[in-house]
Amino acid sequence: MTAPAVQREDAVDRGNAATRGGAVKRKGRNPFVKWAGEFGWRHLIAVAVLAFGLVPIVYVILVAFNPNGTLSSTSLLPTSFGFGNFQKLFTDPNVPFGRWFLNSLVIAVPAAFVSIFISSLAAYAFSRFRFKGRRPMLLFLLLIQMFPAFLAVVALYLIFGNIGEFYPVAGLNTKLGLMLVYMGGALGVSTWLMKGFFDTIPKELDEAATIDGATHAQIFFGMILPLAAPIIAISGILAFVGTMNDFILASLFLTDRPEMTLAVGLKTLTADNSPASYFGIFAAGTLLTSILTVAVFMSLQRYIVSGLTGGAVKG
Amino acid sequence: MLEQPSRTAGSATAAGLIIKIAVLAVVAALAVWAALPLIAAEAWWGLGLEAAIVAVVYYVYLQRRAIQLKYLVPGTLLLIAFQILPVFLTVGTSFSNYGDGHRVHKDQAVEAIIAAGVQQTPGGATYLFSVGESSTGDLTLLLTDQRDGSTWAGTEEGLAELPEATVDAAGRITAAPGYTVWDLAELNERQAELTELAVPTGDDSGIKVQGLSAFEGTSTRSYDAGCDCITDTATGTVWYADNEEGSFLTEDGEAALVGWRVNIGADNYLGVLTDPDIRGPFLGIFTWNVLFAAGSVLFTFAIGLGTAMALNKPSMRGTKVYRTLMILPYAMPSFAMLLVWAQMFNRDFGLVNDLFGLSVNWYGGTWSARAMVLIANTWLGWPYMFLICLGALQALPSDSLEAAKIDGATGLTAFRKITLPLLLIALTPLLISSFAFNFNNFNAIELLSGGSPFRAGDAVGGTDLLITYAFRQAFGATTADYGFASAISVFIFLIVATMSAVMFRFTRNQEDVYS
Repeated sequence: MTAPAVQREDAVDRGNAATRGGAVKRKGRNPFVKWAGEFGWRHLIAVAVLAFGLVPIVYVILVAFNPNGTLSSTSLLPTSFGFGNFQKLFTDPNVPFGRWFLNSLVIAVPAAFVSIFISSLAAYAFSRFRFKGRRPMLLFLLLIQMFPAFLAVVALYLIFGNIGEFYPVAGLNTKLGLMLVYMGGALGVSTWLMKGFFDTIPKELDEAATIDGATHAQIFFGMILPLAAPIIAISGILAFVGTMNDFILASLFLTDRPEMTLAVGLKTLTADNSPASYFGIFAAGTLLTSILTVAVFMSLQRYIVSGLTGGAVKG
Repeated sequence: MLEQPSRTAGSATAAGLIIKIAVLAVVAALAVWAALPLIAAEAWWGLGLEAAIVAVVYYVYLQRRAIQLKYLVPGTLLLIAFQILPVFLTVGTSFSNYGDGHRVHKDQAVEAIIAAGVQQTPGGATYLFSVGESSTGDLTLLLTDQRDGSTWAGTEEGLAELPEATVDAAGRITAAPGYTVWDLAELNERQAELTELAVPTGDDSGIKVQGLSAFEGTSTRSYDAGCDCITDTATGTVWYADNEEGSFLTEDGEAALVGWRVNIGADNYLGVLTDPDIRGPFLGIFTWNVLFAAGSVLFTFAIGLGTAMALNKPSMRGTKVYRTLMILPYAMPSFAMLLVWAQMFNRDFGLVNDLFGLSVNWYGGTWSARAMVLIANTWLGWPYMFLICLGALQALPSDSLEAAKIDGATGLTAFRKITLPLLLIALTPLLISSFAFNFNNFNAIELLSGGSPFRAGDAVGGTDLLITYAFRQAFGATTADYGFASAISVFIFLIVATMSAVMFRFTRNQEDVYS
């Protein structure tokens, strides 16, 4: 633990700061120079980085609203405007966008929900109980993540081929099978993130609750989970977005066009043998997809910064 | 603290007890439902496994000693089934020659070779056929029986009924669940693969393609267990089994098209280490792979940290707006944005060349393609770094910075000596995991460049990562070699695990991951 040591030094330094604070006041300068020195460069950096960050997004928007919808007809200066691409998304029989969207939601929402729940259970055990094999298990969770999962697809394919023989509802080419694979990854990075956050919740609270007669389940569901809302939220977002973005597993499991998820379906629109005009439809689809994820991010924005770092900073 | 609840806790409340009973009842119901098909199929090992799982679940939730197990069991079961088991199967595959031409067992290979020698018998069944590929790439004949119009799927393993196929007016199958049906162009292009494909239907009979239809007939070939060989009475060819290679060979050493799956020991691994044709490209890919991962982390961290430093000023106006806008790239669906970037780097119509007045063929040169994937990957990753840097900066004890200022450390010195070290302590685990993630960043390469540029005749592209290279070995268009691909993925795992372990060791004394 280094943090407490640092904090102790700080306490000493704070005393010094209080006594010497008056001496560091700056002399009056030209107000603009002062503003530039203090804020100007900050705005400059922010705007420069934003230019880099937003250009591709602006580009997608422009392509989506460009009725010609081809690569060659789009530049950063809009030439024409129309909703044709969005219309085609829902009318072109070759592009069952509505179905794809629904499929993605039907798979991603329950998968994210269940895996976060299971992950938080494990994180609670790792944070609050001391048992044999705890450290090895934690390290093992980290280690198994480093195995390139994509190559396990051959194995997963064999496994689900076998499962499908007995239980057709969860075999290949089913949503349930794909969801099971996603849930299989429940224990992992998010367990670490949550465990780190749970560690910051004082154990004295548990002890007080125990003395008041609460069971371990009541402590977990009634106290820890509500207190850990930020990390639950961020882990949920990451699991949801990760599932939405998954391409390999989804393309392996769902091969029928109406059964595809957004990632697999939209990818087919930019394939080499697709018509060039599909690029506009693709952009429109991307935009509609992103509305969902952006809305999720924005609504949970206040949790994101504390959630992402909470676990890591406190280790 | 631990011992106490484990002695007193349990389902002390009535509500808790009811929930527990309900959950266990659902488990029991599920178990019965799951057992029925296993019993029907007489799959006793499966039934035993299921009984064991149910027993574990019941034991864990009814005992009161090891409370932590109640919280660990659900995740652990899923972990074993869908993460650990695939890893073990992959490691197992890496010691075999599993792949195109070596997919089946020996007896199935014998059947397939015999079926390939099928000659049409008068009055035998004929079929309309189309060709489909299953999602693992198994070549499949989609057959329509011309007598009764029933539909079938035939592979080198045998014939299976295919009830849900869509057929055209003539009766030919145009679509079937689980298969990608070839169009005419592909059919013409890959005709050669078809002529060798035969579907065994009995000991000496099979279905073969001839022209535009397929027929069932009897074979001129037969297997003799005594010499472990297959003899073709029509041509006089004899194939002898090579049980180490998993192939039938003629005396000239020519292999029959269908072989079988055998254990070949460490050959796949040794090939990477000793075969110069593999080792050279492998080292090249490895070097670029490290560069790519390190470069991605470095650039995203630099931009993210710089932006976070700039915005970490509560009295600055507009920070909220900036921050909201900066989350946007992070919130966009990454797979789609990678595809967009791929289009933006188009030589003739792409935005990048357009905007800067360039005419760079980004996909053409090795280093331009590498620059391209790094630029796009940096774009995807920096908002995450920005967010975690901002969070870490805000969590820094502001006193120590103030104290440093008073002691005369300002600007760069303070940043270098105080802020950065403190940040790095906090963020090292995230930076390492970011490195590991980018080391295996399949999507970025596959969706941006697909590994290009490829020099003529080369299997390795300029931007290939180990994982895209391995993936192409396993699922590529030409040949599928799962054994070799699995060996490479084991290598990847060892490399990443070693690197991460070393990095963790360097930082371990500063951290508290083990607390």
